[in-house]
Amino acid sequence: MSSSIIKLPTTAGSFLTKSENLWLVAIRRLFRHRTGVAGMVILGFLILVAIFAPLIAPFDPNNSLIGKEKIKKRTAPCIYLLGCSTDEPQHLMGVDGNVRDEFSRIVFGARISLTVGIITIGFAIVIGTMLGAIAGYVGGWLDDVIMRIMDVLLAFPFLLLAIAITSALRTLFELNEAAESLFKNSVPEFIFAQRGLVYAMFAIAIVSIPQYARVIRSTVLSVKEEEYVSAARSIGNRPVRILLLHVLPNAFPPLIVQATLGVGTAILEVAALSFLGLGAQPPTPEWGSMLASERNQLFSAPHLVLFPGLAIMATVLGFNLLGDGLRDALDPRLRL
Amino acid sequence: MYKYTIRRILASFPVLFGVLIVAFVLGRIIPGDPCKAILGEKATVEVCEKFNRDKGLDKPIPIQLAVYITELSQGDFGESLRFHRSVIEILIERLPTTLELGLAGLFIASAIGIPLGIISAIRHNSVIDLATMVGANIGVSMPVFWLGLMLAYVFALLLKDTPFWLPPSGRLSAGVIAIPFYEVYGLELVEGSFTYNFLEFIANMFIFNSLITLDWEVFKDAVTHLILPSVALSTIPMAIIARMTRSSMLQVFGLDYVRTARAKGLVEWRVVMAHAFRNALLPIVTIIGLQMGIVFSGAILTETIFSLAGVGRAMFEAITARDFPIIQGFTVVIASAYIVINLVVDISYGFLDPRIRYE
Repeated sequence: MSSSIIKLPTTAGSFLTKSENLWLVAIRRLFRHRTGVAGMVILGFLILVAIFAPLIAPFDPNNSLIGKEKIKKRTAPCIYLLGCSTDEPQHLMGVDGNVRDEFSRIVFGARISLTVGIITIGFAIVIGTMLGAIAGYVGGWLDDVIMRIMDVLLAFPFLLLAIAITSALRTLFELNEAAESLFKNSVPEFIFAQRGLVYAMFAIAIVSIPQYARVIRSTVLSVKEEEYVSAARSIGNRPVRILLLHVLPNAFPPLIVQATLGVGTAILEVAALSFLGLGAQPPTPEWGSMLASERNQLFSAPHLVLFPGLAIMATVLGFNLLGDGLRDALDPRLRL
Repeated sequence: MYKYTIRRILASFPVLFGVLIVAFVLGRIIPGDPCKAILGEKATVEVCEKFNRDKGLDKPIPIQLAVYITELSQGDFGESLRFHRSVIEILIERLPTTLELGLAGLFIASAIGIPLGIISAIRHNSVIDLATMVGANIGVSMPVFWLGLMLAYVFALLLKDTPFWLPPSGRLSAGVIAIPFYEVYGLELVEGSFTYNFLEFIANMFIFNSLITLDWEVFKDAVTHLILPSVALSTIPMAIIARMTRSSMLQVFGLDYVRTARAKGLVEWRVVMAHAFRNALLPIVTIIGLQMGIVFSGAILTETIFSLAGVGRAMFEAITARDFPIIQGFTVVIASAYIVINLVVDISYGFLDPRIRYE
């Protein structure tokens, strides 16, 4: 997988052989892919916004401007460059129902959404890879049991299952004092403060596990009878070593594509859960919950619905475009 | 072929059993303590003990599961804790709303997605192709709840007092009543009987009901109410269908028989429709069938935004209110429908393409 021999024609018509790293080939192909580049540009921009949020945001995302500025709640955007009177304070995306600068909240929201998407899918990949690898490599009844459980998870509409898991976690921790204090004492305080979001992420991760388990299992099945795997086995390697060094690297290309697209979906789903009131809780500047808290003011303050939605869409679009580009770059024949 | 069908049906039984167990477990975990969920937080230990004895909740879990499955098989889904009505009754009231919404959404998605996909395949790498693919990418990236709200803002507020105005909520305008077709036809029915339930279910699909009773006022009203939610619901499936149609058509275009059809001088649209599209249809039909999960997940959100009393909304409310009989009953019905649709898609795939066999 790591290298291949590519024959380059020279001017003299003879052939030179040059070894080229396949990953380099893939990266070069990605940079020539229009949508892939578009995705990287969007995501690069968002990552910069997330990292430099405190420098970009003109106001504190969680503090109300009451008493600091003469401004009413849900004031529409005011941008000096677009002709807004300089007598008024400038708010690029207006202010929300609690008189907080919407632009600052959107900027800080990038941190939350990117983190949420990546951690959720990271968790799903780890669990999915373990399950898929065990199912594919060990086979037999273990394979049957694991894959049937995955089938059951896939038999539910994903949002419904995610809502159910979130609610079950809530009940488990909030109606049971012992469990709640255990949870509180075993994680840092900022995680416990965001436990609604943690439940939602966990739910989306569980719902996403089957797709990764399937990708890994099918790769393991297709390569485990290959000669180099038999060779590794015959010189006495342990199964775990064979899996990690010889089998799983083959699953990397489809996994990367699946994961990139998955992060986008996860961001969308966590935002949907937050929109339904089951994820991030106010005053967290999470885009889905920002949208939810102002949705009844849609007709009087549409900007408070428009901007969080656009932010979600841009982020998800970035991951989808990059995923498309990666798919074409890593394996043009791959169809997921 | 029959062997394949039978094996495929048998293979779905363990999944169905798994679904029953998941529904049962959810019904036990989500309410926390069922006694306190039903009788209130102040219920004493003695009262709860008696309650658990009466409801069989003191028995071992396997026996409770057996009782639950036996009741389900007799069509007994229990009674809602919040509404004090049978789960079946609520299902008959709510499911038609979601069914209508979902079918309309899928219809819009296919009616626009398939032609777009065909055109972009014919004009591969043209401006139309690029626009469709960019549009499809944006379509799958858009949050359904946001699109729904924006549509409501544009069509219910900005276009107010124009012919394009559309209502932002509900299924019918105030004062418009859909009279069930069995009443119009003068059928005498016993309330609660199977026939009544069945006909009531059909009558609750307002558009269909108004069509067979020739009530155009209700028909028009129901259709205008359905447009915005079903458009919001249709974007993601539409994008997926358009992409699938495009890639499936492109694949077929490269095959020998299409070249033969062109070589013998057929008009281009006949090549496209009769030769290419018919053979490209298989994966498209499959992908349409598989959109049900997306449509249902979207229905939870669209029903919330457009104040529709559908199954998605009912399910969400039941989960947050810990109304576990509804959670269990609806979960079983929805997941079973999902399994059956997947099964039908798989089997029809096997019938349409004889090369496909159960491994």
